[in-house]
Amino acid sequence: MAAALMAAALYALHQDFWFWREARPLVFGFMPIGLFYHAAYTLAVSALMGMLVRRHWPAHLESASGE
Amino acid sequence: MIPAAVVFLYLAAVLAIGLAARRAAARRPDAEDFFLAGRSLGPAVFLLSLFGANMTAFSILGASGHAFANGIVTYGLMASSSALVIPLTLFVIGTRLWALGKRHGFMTPVQMFRDRWECGHIGTAIFAVQAVLLVPYIVIAVIGGGTTLRAVSGGLVPFWLGGAVVSAVVMGYVLFGGMRGTAWVNAFQTVLFLSFGATAVAVIAAGMGGFRQAIESMLASPATAPLLTRERVSPLYFFSYTFIPLSSIAFPHIGIFCLTARRLEHFRRTVVLYPICMIAIWLPSVFLGVIANRAQEVPAIQAKVEARATLATQGASLTPERRDVLRTAAAGDDVILALVQGYAPLWLTALLGAAVMAAVMASDSQILALSTMFTEDVVAFYLGAARARDALLVQIGRLFVAGVTAVAYAIALVVPQSIFDIATQYAFAGYSALAPLLVAALFWKGSTRWGALAATVWTAAAVMAIAVLQSVVPAPPPGAAVSVLQIGGVDVVTRAAAGTLVLGFLPVVPMTIGSALLMVIVSRSTPGARPGAATLARYF
Repeated sequence: MAAALMAAALYALHQDFWFWREARPLVFGFMPIGLFYHAAYTLAVSALMGMLVRRHWPAHLESASGE
Repeated sequence: MIPAAVVFLYLAAVLAIGLAARRAAARRPDAEDFFLAGRSLGPAVFLLSLFGANMTAFSILGASGHAFANGIVTYGLMASSSALVIPLTLFVIGTRLWALGKRHGFMTPVQMFRDRWECGHIGTAIFAVQAVLLVPYIVIAVIGGGTTLRAVSGGLVPFWLGGAVVSAVVMGYVLFGGMRGTAWVNAFQTVLFLSFGATAVAVIAAGMGGFRQAIESMLASPATAPLLTRERVSPLYFFSYTFIPLSSIAFPHIGIFCLTARRLEHFRRTVVLYPICMIAIWLPSVFLGVIANRAQEVPAIQAKVEARATLATQGASLTPERRDVLRTAAAGDDVILALVQGYAPLWLTALLGAAVMAAVMASDSQILALSTMFTEDVVAFYLGAARARDALLVQIGRLFVAGVTAVAYAIALVVPQSIFDIATQYAFAGYSALAPLLVAALFWKGSTRWGALAATVWTAAAVMAIAVLQSVVPAPPPGAAVSVLQIGGVDVVTRAAAGTLVLGFLPVVPMTIGSALLMVIVSRSTPGARPGAATLARYF
């Protein structure tokens, strides 16, 4: 349940209306904040996936496959 | 000509990989060996080839071209949404597909649907819709190949010849190597492109005298400042794009790729690293597409900027034909190549041309998937197990690969739309609307074959309706919208420059929700069609 809620929260965070009309601040002096946010968001997704595969791995499917 | 020569060397290399895969295969490969590499792919090849299968001409040329015209919004629309939804669907759905395939010998999603819902011809209907939707996806790779070869050769290799060469090479290694050859080439291509993304950014930054100044000058100009925000895109349009990555797991080639892993464990690394691969490829593509707007020293790019400015200022007073000409001139599908040619040294231009070609050629897995589906879902199903011998199926599969590549090439020669338009408006939206079939089959005991048929027919009808609408109502100038259907003073369907909108959403949203609703309503209305206990026991 917690994992589903975290995935849902990340899905909601994709709709970042707070940086909609702003280019500044320019991260590293050249990257608009809206682009930087979504790059950081992508890294956060990877962290969520790491948590999912560690704590909720469907190991039963390996035996169900007949292996 | 050096860049073109390097690209041709690259094409020879991937052909050699295909031939090596043929030697690595069984002496007389059976259908499972040819179509699924014997379900034997290791973790690294599985990750790289699955990722490569999702990356197409659309991902690289289309992404930078879209960013050139629309700005940084491209990354949020397509990359970060895919980075979440695709690994999540691999984790939840892909792992189950793998287990069922291994246990019951399924080689295509339709085989699983037929078994799960105890149906025959309904499975054929699903196959037909999947196959028709897959062809545009294959066509965009041919268009991308032709565009790339024309650009890297400075126009010496015409579009028709470039497309023909790419088609022939892809056909060659798929034909010889089957899934093993396709996976090896995809893995090689992914490594190549991942390696060159950051290099391109560094070299072009140096060539332009750093990005800081270019970005500041974009912010100072009213014409380019909006490209660094999302002010030109509505939140509903932006939200719609989170539905498009649902298409990935519903694409037959991705579903089939899920069956090729040797062990379930191989999904672990794929799921975690997928977003990292997304950022490595998409961030450079999008950023370079945006920054190309300040590439004033590159004449090819300046011609595009001028065509776009004419469209924006005089679009309403121009004829639809003139607008189409200007749209073609302003299209940014080759902008990343023009940028590299303008700023990188020749040797790097050549290598980057090969890297872009690597991404462009990801149509191989779609071609093989179509061949697998035709052979297994149609030929083997209707011939029956006794007559459908493995050797015959492999030969039919190879013939089909040759046929479908030739048809895709012919279509690419006459289809004038941009890569991005074709991909999003037809194939992606259609496959997203087919995703509820997988969810229902794997997670809902109460789903029935009639629910599956209703969702499939709805998807086909909706895709056709959009295609007809867009051919009947010409695209208005950028920024304008034509109301097509009004109810109670509310614009329900509108035609905009970017495509069709339904209540402000892209069609993919109502298509997917409608498909899911039909699956639920029709399945609940047909409880007598639920599969027997023995079938359900195999799935739940």
